[in-house]
Amino acid sequence: MSTHLRRAAIGVAALVLAGCSGPAGAPGEEPAASGQATGGSEPTGTLTVFAAASLTDVFTDLGEQLEDEHPGLDVQINSAGSSALAGQLEQGAPADVFASADEAQMARLEDGGLVDDAVVFARNPLMLAVPLDNPQGIVLPEGRAGIPSLADLITADMTVAVCAPEVPCGVAAAEVLESAGLSDAPDTYEDDVRAVLTKVQLDEVDAGLVYVSDVHAAEDAILAYAFRESEQAINSYPVGVLTDAPNPAAARAFVDLVLSDAGQEALADAGFQPPV
Amino acid sequence: MSRARRDARIPAPLLVPAALGAAFLVLPLVGLLVRAPWSSVGEQLAAPGVGQALRLSLVSATLATLLSLVLGVPLAWVLARSSIRGRSVLRALVTVPLVLPPVVGGVALFLVLGRQGIVGSWLDDAFGVTIPFTTTAVVIAETFVAMPFLVVSVEGALRAADARFEDVAATLGADRWTTFRRVTLPLVAPGVAAGAVLCWARALGEFGATITFAGNFPGTTQTMPLAVYLALQREPEAAIVLSLVLLAVSLATLLLLRDRWLGRSVP
Repeated sequence: MSTHLRRAAIGVAALVLAGCSGPAGAPGEEPAASGQATGGSEPTGTLTVFAAASLTDVFTDLGEQLEDEHPGLDVQINSAGSSALAGQLEQGAPADVFASADEAQMARLEDGGLVDDAVVFARNPLMLAVPLDNPQGIVLPEGRAGIPSLADLITADMTVAVCAPEVPCGVAAAEVLESAGLSDAPDTYEDDVRAVLTKVQLDEVDAGLVYVSDVHAAEDAILAYAFRESEQAINSYPVGVLTDAPNPAAARAFVDLVLSDAGQEALADAGFQPPV
Repeated sequence: MSRARRDARIPAPLLVPAALGAAFLVLPLVGLLVRAPWSSVGEQLAAPGVGQALRLSLVSATLATLLSLVLGVPLAWVLARSSIRGRSVLRALVTVPLVLPPVVGGVALFLVLGRQGIVGSWLDDAFGVTIPFTTTAVVIAETFVAMPFLVVSVEGALRAADARFEDVAATLGADRWTTFRRVTLPLVAPGVAAGAVLCWARALGEFGATITFAGNFPGTTQTMPLAVYLALQREPEAAIVLSLVLLAVSLATLLLLRDRWLGRSVP
């Protein structure tokens, strides 16, 4: 399908979907008009960043940091599932920077000529999150060296939530479940990782697969277990400036900040791992 | 003849906005047809999961409508005919799901019927029954969102119906239950049918409360709207094809039922 047709297709489907209020960000959401960088290198105006849902907190902090460094700059973060954001960008949503939770969604935009200089800036493995009261009484196997397998943690009668295979965390979840021989374990495929986390926090599922960074963000509300198979599928997060970014100078400054020591430190504080 | 002449004289100031309004509502549907990947429609429809999502949608919307009829018609009668205290407050409360964001409805259902919910925890302790992530949860979510449409339609029909027939039945010795069954219900049947169709169509399209409260598992809780939403994330063509199916089913039902039942209420 041509890019043109695909854009039109998404637009049409989005209109039909508008009747069903979904939990993710509505497609077609228009950010405020982007201001132009005024000639020189000093970024001003509006910077629009499309970021994977799992980056919301840390990118908001980095955006504020950039605003402090550059008076006159206004950073707007639009966060949703990476796949939904990639779809919005293909549809022509105006943005300066895109940060994806996996390389597949970024590749989709690079193939379409919308981004051409994406760099991996973080990695995010999965962990098994369980409600604080640990309803299934998961105990780590004793006397076993190293990290337990998912099969040691998930048993047949547990209610398990994972991300849908259509979104990055679901691709990773499917891989680790398969490695552990548990591909039939899930009871629900959620549309983003925050929905999985919510269901664990509400104590409505016995366990869910979420990113390490989500565990970090919710460490008072859940318990989490590392497992051996997580090494099989660690999502890499690429960030790139859009080729027709309305505000390229500010976009460049934001990407530089993400890749800088300060940016990497903020990401590490949020639970992300550095790129290899 | 006089009727035709009256129709011909639509005031000019109404014509343009009316045409724009119709175009606005119909064009997106036309867009679906124009942009549909017709060459691969058969292949997309044969994809595993499409049939079961459609079947689940039809079954759960029908069950939700039946449940709404059983509970909603009596509720509408209470709102229209009884003089219980706080009736207007009750009316406002039972129509809240009409305007409530469905995802909020899903969260609210968790708080009552979820494993940790007020009723749900009791069901779990007493019977070992948990509702979320089951087809039952889909039906409950759809009923929660769709029943107000039925209640509002039936209540309107009851208010419009001539209560003197009921009075006559009463003076002839019919008790209240007989009057309701033999007089009131036939009188408002078109309103009930209209409400049931609206309710069914709304249940068929339900998304937010379903994905929140019932989750998304193929064959158990993944209805067509959920399948469309997730397909859109990866494969827009598939989402269009699934949307077409849902559109065709909804349209066919509304058209068929309009001729058969709803048309009669129009003089």
